[in-house]
Amino acid sequence: MDIPDHISQLHKKGFKARLQGFVTTVPLIGWFLGFLGAVLVEYSLGDLISYYLGLPKIPVLFGLLSVLKKPLLIPGTIGYLILVYGLPILLIVKSLQKPANKLAGFLDKRPVTVAALVHLGLFYGALHLWADMSDYRLLVLKLTMIAVMLTLSINVINGYMGEFSCSHPGFMALGAYTASTITLLLFANDKQFGDALLPEALGLYFFPLALIAGGIAAALGALVIAIPSFRTRGDYLAIISLAFLFIVKSLIENLEFVGGPRGMSSQPHYSTLPMVFIVMVLCIWIINNFVRSTMGKALNAVRDNELAAEAMTVNTRKTKIITFMFGAFWAGVAGGLFAHVLRYVNPGSFGIQRLAEILAMVYFGGLNSVTGSIVGAVSINILSEALRPLEIYKWIIIPLLLILVMLFRPTGLIAFTEFKPKELMKPRQQLGEE
Amino acid sequence: MALLRVDNMTHYFGGLRAVHNYNLILEPGHIVGLIGPNGAGKTTIFNLISGIHTPTEGNIELEGHNLIGRHPHEIAGMGLGRTFQNLLLWRHMTVLEHVKMACYSQLEYGIWGAFFGSRFCHQEEKRLTAKAMHLLETFDVAHFSSQLAVSLPYGAQRRVEMARAMATNPKVLFLDEPTAGMTPDELNRMISIIRKIHEDFDVAIFLIEHRLKFVMELCERIQTLVFGEVIAEGTPEETKNNPHVIEAYLGSEDLH
Repeated sequence: MDIPDHISQLHKKGFKARLQGFVTTVPLIGWFLGFLGAVLVEYSLGDLISYYLGLPKIPVLFGLLSVLKKPLLIPGTIGYLILVYGLPILLIVKSLQKPANKLAGFLDKRPVTVAALVHLGLFYGALHLWADMSDYRLLVLKLTMIAVMLTLSINVINGYMGEFSCSHPGFMALGAYTASTITLLLFANDKQFGDALLPEALGLYFFPLALIAGGIAAALGALVIAIPSFRTRGDYLAIISLAFLFIVKSLIENLEFVGGPRGMSSQPHYSTLPMVFIVMVLCIWIINNFVRSTMGKALNAVRDNELAAEAMTVNTRKTKIITFMFGAFWAGVAGGLFAHVLRYVNPGSFGIQRLAEILAMVYFGGLNSVTGSIVGAVSINILSEALRPLEIYKWIIIPLLLILVMLFRPTGLIAFTEFKPKELMKPRQQLGEE
Repeated sequence: MALLRVDNMTHYFGGLRAVHNYNLILEPGHIVGLIGPNGAGKTTIFNLISGIHTPTEGNIELEGHNLIGRHPHEIAGMGLGRTFQNLLLWRHMTVLEHVKMACYSQLEYGIWGAFFGSRFCHQEEKRLTAKAMHLLETFDVAHFSSQLAVSLPYGAQRRVEMARAMATNPKVLFLDEPTAGMTPDELNRMISIIRKIHEDFDVAIFLIEHRLKFVMELCERIQTLVFGEVIAEGTPEETKNNPHVIEAYLGSEDLH
């Protein structure tokens, strides 16, 4: 038992140890409740607080945007963050520590699905309110969730299987164009495909099918990469996959019926926040199930030593085909969502720039890790939005950060870990204990 | 009928004749050794039979099924387990994951079960974990189960690799220099482990070895390979006294 140790440490050490002791005894649901509370405070009092602190409006992305434009707003922004986020979260988490642990203990005894749904529902509620306060926030949130899907799906290929694939934006483009073509053709009156073929009311129900179709188109494209991957690895496969990316891009540029280089616009407004959130959760859940099963661990075996994997009955060809198609499928789904978030696609958005962003997120967050992908995608994405006022310097700061991570943690921030939802949601404090 | 039968196997690497007219008959439950100086083609013979290379000529049968042209994973799934001379362990996988991985061909759940984490998939994973733990206990490495295999001491790594090979449910086990780099103590332990596998799992063993003590003690029959050709085959006694073997192999040791 390490609890007595832990308690004694709490008494011996100073503020830092006590804070650490406190933080580690709050279950996940406690933090979600705290976040929800903070968002509620911001929702009801945000305007008032920002008025008294001399801020022109509520800081949208935790104040980073406005601070970078007008450094004079720094004290006000810090005050706002403390009043709206810091204090409420701390108070709620502290006062609800015991009930939250009890609740977590109660949920721990239920099936993991029930517990996960409760947690996700709570988290979604908070996010929804948070995003409700500004359209910009909503957009950033949706794009971040899509980035999580992209990062996770490329991690399956580049991290778990260790093949350096550069064709992810290509898969994304295939998904985006397929899904857009379906929704524009069937449910929208637009200049490209003419009038809607089906009543628009059906559209939202058909949208998941359009996304799946996009995913399947991307997965079929992935076969083109999977087959050379039997014979080549490393640099050569990277070059082949890069070639695939350019082929897809110039193919779309030259296909007149999808708009050529002009792209397609006026996709119906189907990528709502709940839709993106649900698809992202499904993506995380399915990928995590897969990589934790023995069948998914075969990817690691193929990466670490293909010869040994073959000798231990692993069908390496099948594993490679499945992995490429699986990763590409989710990139395609993410592309479909992306097209319907921006309600505009053109081939230009699926080029080298996008590839660099995706690779930065996956290598920053950590290879072979679901948690790492989420952390990498969220932090790089939010950072690149928040640093927007710095304009060109943004592209100095983010690569610099990446270099630092590569120097100190060559495999990324949180690499080679397993994402265990059940562990994450369990109570952090024994019941009946002080 | 022989369990494993190799007829007139010849293999060329480009212009180099690596193996010439090689024959092997392995009966169930037998232990056969393959000795020979460095570069004689011993590992090549292993790689040819286990499907990593396809022989230029010749025929290989396992329980009457032809093995030529099959992928290594199929051959492994048919009951030919093997270890490697330089311990091909997976760098980022734990000991338990190593052994479970070798049960890949025995997985009953499909790809969709893995994606959606079906109940059946979880049951299967539990069954495999139990099987793997049992094997790890047999090889006395169960207490390392959650550690990375590459972080273990050398002798334990060897035993993990053997446990991994046994998890494929082999009928024939190929051991490529199982005692390379071992101390005399570890060597004796390895002899008793191989005896134990042989008895407990009812498996035929074909092994490559440099140390004659080891081969003489374990094997019922020994083949001596020089420049890709078998120059002698017989019991340990016969091999020890064969003048060709002494000249090619033991003779060079006498010079020390």
